[in-house]
Amino acid sequence: MKDNPNGAIIIGASAGALEALSMILPPLPATYPYPIFVVVHLPPNKRSVLAAIFDLKCQLRAIEAEDKEPVEAGFIYFAPPNYHLSLEGRTHVALSSEEEVLFSRPSIDVAFESAADAWGSQLTAIVLTGANHDGSQGLSAVVRSGGTAIVQDPSEAFARAMPEAAIRACPSAQVLTLSKISTYLQNIENEH
Amino acid sequence: MTETFEKVEDIEIRLLLEALYHRYHYDFRSYAMSSIRRRLRQAREQLGFATISAMQERVLHHPEMLDDMLRFLTVQVSEMFRDPSYFAAIREKVVPHLRTYPSLKIWIAGCSSGEELYSFVILFREEGLEERTLFYATDINPEALAQAEAGIYDIERVRLFTENHLDSGGKGSLSDYYTTGYNRCILDKSLRRNVVFSDHSLVTDQVFGEMQLVSCRNVMIYFDRDLQDRAVGLFRDTLPRNGFLGLGSKETLRFSTHADGFREFVRDEKIYQRIGS
Ligand SMILES: C[S@@+](CC[C@H](N)C(=O)[O-])C[C@H]1O[C@@H](n2cnc3c(N)ncnc32)[C@H](O)[C@@H]1O
Repeated sequence: MKDNPNGAIIIGASAGALEALSMILPPLPATYPYPIFVVVHLPPNKRSVLAAIFDLKCQLRAIEAEDKEPVEAGFIYFAPPNYHLSLEGRTHVALSSEEEVLFSRPSIDVAFESAADAWGSQLTAIVLTGANHDGSQGLSAVVRSGGTAIVQDPSEAFARAMPEAAIRACPSAQVLTLSKISTYLQNIENEH
Repeated sequence: MTETFEKVEDIEIRLLLEALYHRYHYDFRSYAMSSIRRRLRQAREQLGFATISAMQERVLHHPEMLDDMLRFLTVQVSEMFRDPSYFAAIREKVVPHLRTYPSLKIWIAGCSSGEELYSFVILFREEGLEERTLFYATDINPEALAQAEAGIYDIERVRLFTENHLDSGGKGSLSDYYTTGYNRCILDKSLRRNVVFSDHSLVTDQVFGEMQLVSCRNVMIYFDRDLQDRAVGLFRDTLPRNGFLGLGSKETLRFSTHADGFREFVRDEKIYQRIGS
């Protein structure tokens, strides 16, 4: 049995996600100590190639989560199109086909809220580029549970609405450029 | 502070689920907690209760509130020919096997308001198998089952249903199977000729005979791992060797204790076949 990881990262992104994630995920080492969950808004009725793309680009393993997928450090779990992703405690991913939230399934809010419940102060949540308001409520829940909130600097974001809304909802969030976020993630064990 | 607050909420949830079980025999105690938590938070807000405990007090003493609770606790999202590629695989890969049987029983477990059931009946009619088939459509939500029996849907959904039907390899036109009126689409009642609707829980009930095909899609995702094992155990018992089990597109037997009772039949569509033992 491997030790359970003692922290987790969750990332939400929408318009411009591919480029933004390409700057922060590939540098992370294969021995990364935390699991990483990624929720990207996707068209509902097409298969997604995101996990396949990042599995090639990254040193970490990237997979599209299936229901009750076990959670392990060193894996990147992408939410599949047309399902909400949530964390079932610290050990499993759960999927659900509940109604769309803010016109999205997967919803960043849903994923962040469940991650906040599961990981509390050991969670780092990051809101990246996007043209809607998803993620702000979830990020507030992360802050309420004592987690770390990070938002991409809207001035460099491909679409600024989502990070701006997140900052309004969570004034205490750290606002960082992608290159700073990348550094933060690489040094995560020293940040806590 | 916050930590204690979260824990109190979890206690309240557990107590509410116990209350529902002891009072009404609806057993949500082993459902996936993340989703239950979210839906009970929604219920509390939308029904206007200060706490989940207050909601528990009400539902315990007022049976008329049970339907409200069930509406929040069960997820009723469905479509006809949802994931058309699944139905295409049933048509192309499973139907040729089913043809070799003189009579068939199939079970749509967790049929919600009937969309999946009618998709199967139409597919079987198109393939000439309907006459020899008995369809069992089961669910725990009485409102959903009543809708399934009525077979009436909002006209705005028909466009999606029609596209899905075509994409699934549908032979006729979906409009052959319904009439419209008052902004509703009314499915032909002949589609129900060989259907048995029944209240049945995958948590608390037993199997009811041998089936050649079970389709249980997007139902077990709401269960925790142990409960999933119980439900798959039922399917294992009810399927003879070579019987088929179809799951939702993101469900899998990979993590199940019953994985050894099945083989992947159409891997990408989550269609499994029962093997010996
Ligand atoms: C999301 S719907 C799935 C509908 C359909 N199978 C589909 O894939 O489109 C889930 C259904 O499972 C039902 N359900 C929940 N718990 C159940 C149980 N213990 N036994 C049987 N059905 C259950 C719910 O009432 C709901 O109708």
